[in-house]
Amino acid sequence: MSDTRELVGWAKAAATHPRLCAGIAPVLIILLILGIASATAFAESKLAHPAWREHAIKAPGKEYPLQEIVSGLWFRTPETQAIQEDDFNNPGFFGVEEGEALWSKPEGAAGKSCASCHQDAAASMKGVGAVTPKWSDKLNKPVNLEQQINICRSEHMGAQPWAFGSNELTAMTTYVRFQSRGMPVALRVDGPMSPWLARGKALYYTRVGQLDLACASCHEKNHGKYLRADFLSQGQTNGFPVYRLRDQRLVPLHERIEGCVFDVRGTPYPPLSDDAVALELYLAWRGTGLPVETPAVRN
Amino acid sequence: MVRKWNRREALAAGAASAGLLTTGLGAAPARAANDYAEQIKAFTGGKEPVEARVKLELPELAENGNTVPLAVSVDIPAIPNSSQSYVEEILVVAPANPNSRVLRFRFSADSVPEAATRIRLAESQNVIAVARMSDGRFFSATRPIKVTIGGCGG
Amino acid sequence: MADAKPRIRLDRKEVRKGEAVEVKTLVSHVMETGLRHAADGRLIPRMIINRFTCELDGTFVFGCDLESAVSANPYFAFKFRPQRSGTLAFTWIDDEGTRIEATETVKVT
Repeated sequence: MSDTRELVGWAKAAATHPRLCAGIAPVLIILLILGIASATAFAESKLAHPAWREHAIKAPGKEYPLQEIVSGLWFRTPETQAIQEDDFNNPGFFGVEEGEALWSKPEGAAGKSCASCHQDAAASMKGVGAVTPKWSDKLNKPVNLEQQINICRSEHMGAQPWAFGSNELTAMTTYVRFQSRGMPVALRVDGPMSPWLARGKALYYTRVGQLDLACASCHEKNHGKYLRADFLSQGQTNGFPVYRLRDQRLVPLHERIEGCVFDVRGTPYPPLSDDAVALELYLAWRGTGLPVETPAVRN
Repeated sequence: MVRKWNRREALAAGAASAGLLTTGLGAAPARAANDYAEQIKAFTGGKEPVEARVKLELPELAENGNTVPLAVSVDIPAIPNSSQSYVEEILVVAPANPNSRVLRFRFSADSVPEAATRIRLAESQNVIAVARMSDGRFFSATRPIKVTIGGCGG
Repeated sequence: MADAKPRIRLDRKEVRKGEAVEVKTLVSHVMETGLRHAADGRLIPRMIINRFTCELDGTFVFGCDLESAVSANPYFAFKFRPQRSGTLAFTWIDDEGTRIEATETVKVT
């Protein structure tokens, strides 16, 4: 950086030198110096792009918009990946531990805990986090993991539902989804789910906000490129709730989507609303086959 | 100003604005440095540390400024069971953070002189680590790192 | 979640004299910097862990004086050569003087 200052100093000296001012030489000198300065400034950047393509899995069919599906993990720096690969080092596991403690804690009028009905979570919850959102005949709509946890609390425990974004709900969602870690995402999207999948798809491709961007604008069309200093991923959801380096805590999916929509200066979909769940359904479907990575580590 | 510039004034103005443009391309910190130089002076008692022996590891580009992995080590030949000089403390300062001090590692004679953690950096800057040896010598290392806000500000 | 147990991992719990043990620690703490504003505009006061120490049967091994520039959920990795078997005591102290404590044993043959 001090080189550019020196070059500019020379440029100034050249521009005011009485002899040199006599011709067009000063202009040429300035242009030459500018060129060298620009070249050195950009040549300094030797940032390695993450080798995300190597980790692609094939989409299960032609109808999937992305034929090469890649988890968000591979778009992050090696340092970030290292935090996720080490369960000890991954602060997201504090949430798993909190969820585990809450699992056995009796709450509500019925005096039950999750364990009262579901016993050992490792057995009873295995696979659950790979197939949500799931269709509910009773409610005639898809239901995601947070909603299901609260349905259990209010209907079977007589307990107050946890607020979205609360430590408890995020921790329990993380704990339950963690039981499916490593299992491939595989949702049922046929039958009554079809219109909801279509609704999510419409939301994904519709441009919103002052910046007039759709999810697809960045995550489908431009993943694998830098948006300022952000290396864009495919926007997959297999790792949620994720430990975000920015927030230094676990962040549930609907909060992350809120952030994206806010960033394009649009009106965010309220967490756990029909729109948010439809979008979650569609996003999860786009990542069919990806391993559940909860609690993942992302930027 | 209505008077036309003469050639010398025009060229000087052109060079000056070019200067502003080119320095903008570099990694200059946006705000004035904090008291990091005083912190280092207080740590070393005014002595100038020798820029050697200390290895400061930081990513080239921070994934996010709120959680940046940092590792620091000092290269001294290890002679077991000897009373040779060992690393007592390592001070880490961030010249472009709101507060200059980041942390101070403290070691014992039984320590291997290395440690790692995760820190917060407000913006692109040159992070500095200064090590104090038990025999009173000071060594340091400086490492540049780029820190920016993500794509949409998210 | 400050109630969570601190995590401690030794790469080896039994070593010969002269060999190094690598210790990793992770504690749950928000490390509130004192620079953030709440929704109503008021400054959220600083609340951080400001000191971490590791001692072997009362003898100082390694420590860190932390400022608010250490990330939330502070992580430390360090190495030392234990002179004798004993109990490692880990202590984290915050701005209010609250202590979080944990222990691990190490054996030297």
